Amino acid sequence: MRAWWGRWADCPSCALALALLATPAAAVQPDEMLADPGLEARAREISRDIRCPVCQGETIDDSSAPISRDLRLIIRERLVAGDTDAEVVDYIVARYGEFVLFNPRAEGSNLILWLAGPALLLAAIAVAVAAQRRRILPEEQLTQAEEARLTEILKD
Amino acid sequence: MIVELGHFALILALMVALVQSTLPLWGAHRGDGGLMALAVPAALIQLALVAASFAALTWAFVNSDFSLAVVVQNSHTEKPLIYKISGVWGNHEGSLLLWVLILAVYGAAVALFGGNLPVRLRARVLSVQGMIGVAFMLFMLLTSNPFWRLAAPPLDGQDLNPLLQDPGLAFHPPFLYLGYVGLSMAYSFAVAALIEGKVDAAWGRWVRPWTLVSWMFLTIGIGLGSWWAYYELGWGGFWFWDPVENASFMPWLLAIALLHSAIVVEKRESLKAWTILLAIMAFGFSLIGTFIVRSGVITSVHAFANDPDRGVFILMILGLFTGGALVLFALRAGAMEAKGLFSVVSRESALVANNILLAVAAFVVFIGTIWPLVAELLLGRTLSVGEPFFNAAFTPFVVGLALILPPGAMLAWKRGALERSFKALVPALVLSFALGALAYAMQSNRTALGPVGLALGAWVLFGALTDLWARTGRNGLGARVARLTRLPRSDWGKAVAHGGLGVTIFAVSAMLAWKVEDIRVVQIGETFSLGAYEVRLDDVREVKGQNYDSTMGFLTVTRNGAVVAELTPEKRFYPVAGMPTTEAAIDYSYLRDLYIVLGDRQQSGGWAVRSYIEPFANWLWGGCLLMAFGGLLSLSDRRYRVAAGAAKRTPVGVPAE
Repeated sequence: MRAWWGRWADCPSCALALALLATPAAAVQPDEMLADPGLEARAREISRDIRCPVCQGETIDDSSAPISRDLRLIIRERLVAGDTDAEVVDYIVARYGEFVLFNPRAEGSNLILWLAGPALLLAAIAVAVAAQRRRILPEEQLTQAEEARLTEILKD
Repeated sequence: MIVELGHFALILALMVALVQSTLPLWGAHRGDGGLMALAVPAALIQLALVAASFAALTWAFVNSDFSLAVVVQNSHTEKPLIYKISGVWGNHEGSLLLWVLILAVYGAAVALFGGNLPVRLRARVLSVQGMIGVAFMLFMLLTSNPFWRLAAPPLDGQDLNPLLQDPGLAFHPPFLYLGYVGLSMAYSFAVAALIEGKVDAAWGRWVRPWTLVSWMFLTIGIGLGSWWAYYELGWGGFWFWDPVENASFMPWLLAIALLHSAIVVEKRESLKAWTILLAIMAFGFSLIGTFIVRSGVITSVHAFANDPDRGVFILMILGLFTGGALVLFALRAGAMEAKGLFSVVSRESALVANNILLAVAAFVVFIGTIWPLVAELLLGRTLSVGEPFFNAAFTPFVVGLALILPPGAMLAWKRGALERSFKALVPALVLSFALGALAYAMQSNRTALGPVGLALGAWVLFGALTDLWARTGRNGLGARVARLTRLPRSDWGKAVAHGGLGVTIFAVSAMLAWKVEDIRVVQIGETFSLGAYEVRLDDVREVKGQNYDSTMGFLTVTRNGAVVAELTPEKRFYPVAGMPTTEAAIDYSYLRDLYIVLGDRQQSGGWAVRSYIEPFANWLWGGCLLMAFGGLLSLSDRRYRVAAGAAKRTPVGVPAE
């Protein structure tokens, strides 16, 4: 399955962690934090969008799993090395796959995901407008059959 | 013995539900009054039997009967009594029993209070309700029986997950289920109307209170869950766009849409087919929610013990009930002829816009929730969809709704004048802009989120107040104030619920924009500053709890030398479950919460301490409560009017205002 999976499935305590609910977090530890507040803020910003690979839907910013700590440290290393935010994210995706991105990239088949809402909104508006038109018309004019019947009645 | 009686009662209840779901329906078709009348006692007996069954399971939990598998897996003799009771629904099997109990309660409510319903409609509604009961009781007895005995009972249980041993969470599931299952009423009424081939103003009037009740409970349930996450999970987050949260959020959104479209059916006899469709969808999404929580196909922080068999069974229930209703809808929707025509600028159109935005917003949440599944099965991509997507894709709908709400709510039925509602709203508009600008000038960071959220929330809140005030007429101030107290409760309900939405919008953006966070190592006796406050770590001690061991920090928070709060955050360890938890210490206040979490002891000595200032956190829960209270007010009005005015009410609906 996933590259990281084998490694963590072997570890009994991690398997146990998987079975539990979101473990309340120690998350970001003081010793991980960078001295430069600008860089640290960027690191936090990035890690809020990265998913912990072994938890159930937590960000690495919230998770206390060891691998999340590793990822947080990697992000900070890359930032200190001078990477841009995008480069850091690319670096992580190259190693852990797009599974870790909580913000799915709007490219390829993901465009369906991103465009489904706006497309449905436009369609719904179109239907509503059409229904509105239809709703008003019948009152204003008679159908041909009704017209014919009316003239017939009036003839007598 | 008691357990066997409970088990037997459940099987009997299934039999009664079988009768309830078939004979009255047949009677309604044949015009046989006797068979139709059967629905009422059947619904009442079903409730009595399910309640007996539930009582038996509760008895087993309270008395720690470890011959029952669910009790072993979810309880322990040393657990406090309240959590022994909440343990009944803190697991898959027991929560299903609660689900069925609530379903039976709603069914019995129709049987008892539905005296003013046409006999035929009541028989059909109760029959459909009975069918849902049959499906879920079968599901329980076949795949998830809570009364399963163990051949060799252990001496003690495995304890309830400590995270769930919490007063907030004890009541979160019952409220949610009251909401989810309440939507089954709207569904039953919709299906009954489709079978009948008739939807009129009266139908709208009967459906609305049930939808209002379930929406109210959903609001409280979601609010409780969010509050629990906020204080229990230890980082002050209140909404994670987790699949299971979304599962409760989608029916909530659709219930709001349904509430509003049912008003149009009731007052104007329009949007009938759409309202029926919404009722089916709303309950359909409740079932999808059930599927998501219990099948395990989508990974979530809320893991119930999962089992593929159960998933398949729920999928069958989902397919049967939504699919069946939709087929019926396709066959019969043509018969739902709209009577009330309306112009483009009218209350009806505003409510159509409301419905479009809410339904599409629910769809966006839906596609975001299932996209990882779709991508993995069909495209072979393993990916995640989380908060950033939902924030980007969902927020525009909230903004759109908030913008159109105040003018839309003030438009007249049938044909309105935009200029008039805008003229009345000028003060609200100016005031909200001014507040937004003030916030922008005062805030220390340069985000737009906080000020825009404040302006938007204020616009909705002041808009609701303007609407209320406009209803008091054109006389002098004194007369208008006097009139205010005599306005119908539904007017108050509307204003309070809309105001609550405004407060919620503001609180969410404030918490996201202006949160202050501090993470550091603190030595005992050391003081650090957090915003305008000084925090001192006085001591850290070991404390013994009833069924856990605790490491408790003692902190004093001061401001300008004056003590603001003494906080005791804890790290707990539950030996039976073998699980640690974090108990944040929170000083609640009107404008902000101080939120402190004790972390690990550091090798350098000292402790990791995480502290937050959460601005306007209480306003978020307050906003949820206001929304729910608005629903309650409106409901009390409806009941009064349905009872008192049923005879003299003309079926045409109220004239355009």
